[in-house]
Amino acid sequence: MLETDLSLNDMMFLARGAGVTLLITAISVAGGTLLGIIFGVARMNLGRVVSGLLAVILDVFRSVPLLIQLILANAFQAIAGLGLQPFTTACVVLALYTAALCSEIVRGAIGAVPTTTRRASRSLGMTWTQDMTYVVWPMALRVGLPSWIGLVLSVLKDSALVFWLGIIELLRSSQILITRLQEPMTILLIAGAIYFIISFPIARLGGHLERKWREND
Amino acid sequence: MIEVENVHKSFGALEVLKGVTVTVEKGEVLSVIGGSGSGKSTLLTCINGLETIQKGRILVDGTEVHAKTTDLNKLRRHLGIVFQQFNAFPHLTVMENVTLAPRKVLGMGKTEARDIAVQQLENVGLGDKLDVYPGRLSGGQQQRMAIARALAMSPDYMLLDEVTSALDPQLVGEVLDTLKMLADKGMTMIVVTHEMKFARQVSDRVAYFHKGILAEIGPPEQIFDAPQNAETKTFLSSVG
Ligand SMILES: Nc1ncnc2c1ncn2[C@@H]1O[C@H](COP(=O)(O)OP(=O)(O)OP(=O)(O)O)[C@@H](O)[C@H]1O
Ligand SMILES: [Mg+2]
Repeated sequence: MLETDLSLNDMMFLARGAGVTLLITAISVAGGTLLGIIFGVARMNLGRVVSGLLAVILDVFRSVPLLIQLILANAFQAIAGLGLQPFTTACVVLALYTAALCSEIVRGAIGAVPTTTRRASRSLGMTWTQDMTYVVWPMALRVGLPSWIGLVLSVLKDSALVFWLGIIELLRSSQILITRLQEPMTILLIAGAIYFIISFPIARLGGHLERKWREND
Repeated sequence: MIEVENVHKSFGALEVLKGVTVTVEKGEVLSVIGGSGSGKSTLLTCINGLETIQKGRILVDGTEVHAKTTDLNKLRRHLGIVFQQFNAFPHLTVMENVTLAPRKVLGMGKTEARDIAVQQLENVGLGDKLDVYPGRLSGGQQQRMAIARALAMSPDYMLLDEVTSALDPQLVGEVLDTLKMLADKGMTMIVVTHEMKFARQVSDRVAYFHKGILAEIGPPEQIFDAPQNAETKTFLSSVG
């Protein structure tokens, strides 16, 4: 049953696809999280007009399906003559998508820090930045981390959509092998296992931190 | 010296302070009593600039709190405040709660901040809780930690807002003892409280707040034994 025509070369091909998936996810999550934190904090501190405008823009990225965003962005960059590589376009779109979702997590998590706690830290003479750094950030992190982990895992899976731009990531490389070798079961099992192996440590890290923090309560 | 001059404060249409004037001298303990919603907490948060005011002014050692040029972060180093609600930093140990501001705001070194924290925490009876997280403390211990945290900044003034009101009755005594000790050391304090016996014992003067107005102020003997104001009489008989 485990007889297969899958060669070492094919495995390397899959591994390279997994590498692309991992790279796109890492870049998008890093950029998206950074932007998400900036947007989230900005939305809570800027005036109503700017904040409202930002909210609408972020809502667009949150609500339009990723696939449509990818294809449109790729078409626009071609029309505008930006000459971006599909890989770059994919990372930018995924990062903005991540940023939009992350900014909501950030807002919720910061909002969960009691006003009384923040007043206490400001009363001790701490500046806004010190309050954000030493009190709000660590407290908000505990609230927002589970949702953020969920976001990372979903970006990892959603990154498969970038194959529409011709990028050969994990899912696309499995498809190519399936077409050639006609062994869908084996290849999909391997691809699924790779997704799991990438996700597992991320999910576990979240659980580990949550448990560690809960010990203090 | 804290000088409050004709201060008016509104939240939207609701005027909470309606022209409050009071001076607290260095070394004095002023207790503030009064019904719920009369503006006692608001007065304290106006004094340390957490709240803006609409009219009048507040001077702390001559610095006008609400002047645009005033560096509030700097001013607040001199004003310790402990709130009605518990507000420990839950992610930090008791020791870290107390050393955070001295280290970050005053730029103190680790050992110096630690020494001060140990001393303040021992004073409030928490010397054996240094590495515990606040979630493991009782309410009374949390409030005593908050007092130590404020004191670690070596403030010139302490503003205390009903620090015992959220506590179980059996925990009130330990916190009041801490405050008495502070008063004995000559700390200048404004103490908002519902504990009349305590107010009588430690205060130099007692101020009675009624609907945003300082209805009566005077030595504890006057306020408790011979109140001049009709509202004060009604209030005191209602709280027994
Ligand atoms: N941030 C705020 N926004 C709107 N209204 C407020 C705010 N803070 C206080 N108030 C209102 O101002 C009034 C005075 O409140 P304050 O907390 O100063 O009363 P208090 O004398 O401390 O009462 P208590 O004894 O119940 O603590 C109340 O009617 C309260 O609802
Ligand atoms: Mg109050």
